[in-house]
Amino acid sequence: MKEEIIIAGFGGQGVLSMGKILAYSGLMEGKEVTWMPSYGPEQRGGTANVTVILSDQPISSPILNEYDIAIVLNQPSMDKFESKVKPGGILIYDSYGIHKPVTRTDINVYQVDAMDAATEMKNEKAFNMIILGGLLKIVPMVELENVLLGLKKSLPERHHKLIPMNEAAIKKGMEIIQKV
Amino acid sequence: MSEEIKLLKGNEAIAYAAIRYGTDGYFGYPITPQSEVLETLMAEMPWETTGMVVLQAESEVAAINMVYGGAATGKRVMTSSSSPGISLKLEGISYLAGADLPCLIVNVMRGGPGLGTIQPSQADYFQTVKGGGHGDYRLITLAPSSVQEMADFVGLGFDLAFKYANPAIILADGIVGQMMEKVVLPPYRARKTEEEIRQENPWAARGKTADRKPNIITSLELDAAMMEENNLRFQAKYKKIEENEVRYEEFQCDDAEYLLIAFGSSARICQKVVELARAEGIKLGLLRPITLWPFPTKAIAAYADKVKGMLSVELNAGQMVEDVRLAVNGKIKVEHYGRLGGIIFTPDEILEALKETIINQ
Repeated sequence: MKEEIIIAGFGGQGVLSMGKILAYSGLMEGKEVTWMPSYGPEQRGGTANVTVILSDQPISSPILNEYDIAIVLNQPSMDKFESKVKPGGILIYDSYGIHKPVTRTDINVYQVDAMDAATEMKNEKAFNMIILGGLLKIVPMVELENVLLGLKKSLPERHHKLIPMNEAAIKKGMEIIQKV
Repeated sequence: MSEEIKLLKGNEAIAYAAIRYGTDGYFGYPITPQSEVLETLMAEMPWETTGMVVLQAESEVAAINMVYGGAATGKRVMTSSSSPGISLKLEGISYLAGADLPCLIVNVMRGGPGLGTIQPSQADYFQTVKGGGHGDYRLITLAPSSVQEMADFVGLGFDLAFKYANPAIILADGIVGQMMEKVVLPPYRARKTEEEIRQENPWAARGKTADRKPNIITSLELDAAMMEENNLRFQAKYKKIEENEVRYEEFQCDDAEYLLIAFGSSARICQKVVELARAEGIKLGLLRPITLWPFPTKAIAAYADKVKGMLSVELNAGQMVEDVRLAVNGKIKVEHYGRLGGIIFTPDEILEALKETIINQ
């Protein structure tokens, strides 16, 4: 297996940490993983994206022309990455902040209204885990138990009490994602 | 303690590897995109476990001179920085080379010239392999293309530096510094004891014993005839390094009609270019110099008899391409493709350039 994924949105949405948890989950399963952030003078509200590659084989380029999966969490990211999904690939978006419809017809498009769900859960920080849950429902590239292990590895111990909340958010995402 | 698998940024891997390879001292000053080296060392507090010293100096110039002092006592000492910071260290690096001292320097390159940008670049190739500082000196230059190699080359760099009593440098860039990958960290290697340092480095200035003359560490020699002797000794050492320490990796070169030459992160991107080209029926291979000095001149020269053309792919305006052309010596077409100032090329861009400048010519 090999999944080449781009996650893109506003800085502060948890784009980089969602990618990190996905990478840790892959590591827990013994996969090769690469996590490549668009680092820079980033700030809350600016754009941020991260490429995550999970593979059974050694990984070549961390810089890609096109992706198997694009997760876009704002309109600038949609404008930039919609055209870069491989034909037959997957595009996942949160309708919050996306105001132009997807135009591609040769890809599989899914909507996960994570911002609404996070507000409903009274926990806006759960946003990125809801998105991750949606992704794992569509492409179960890692087992949920390994995601939880990955969370344990990537979170400092004082935050381990938040793991059940994250698990609930992931399950919420799995419930609410729908094909467009 | 045994080896350990971790998910790390390249910069973090340097820090963990430094502790595990028995480094005695790190002296640095923060600069993006390599600040995680110092941050990770400070968080790990190795002074409480292995006894390694970690110090944030007041400037890059101070840091390299602390390295000079530590190296003079035979200790395993290192520093790291990014391009503008390395420029500041060059005087000290020349002094270290002129005094036959082993040490490890890390440059996580960013776009220049000047303060430039904080995005990835490979524009310090000339600075690193062609001198940079003053005088006829060479740095053993290792170019990592994965986070694993960021860790491994700390050990290799120190080993080579001490084998030849010469500074070694890891020439990385913002991509390999900032990306996270799976790393197998080596088992802990104990720091050298005082006795081991005395035995292995008899030149070290550690207090004169009754049975020998004083060891004087200096790069100064006012007698020109003596200074020529020193230079001839350096050149003999460099020749030995060129004979013994060339390292490179070949990727699908066996039946190749065209070759990409790329180092560090660019070589990772070029692996993808080879995959894409092969899918189109183009017989493309990749040769990745691992040591930029000594350069794999002979290996590249040998391919000049086998392939139709070469493209040197670098995140700069064309630096390593000069060494590729020297190796090929006019036998076949050699071109360069690069992006500048912190912009990173994509695989399809490189394939397009290969077709335009080499294949369809």
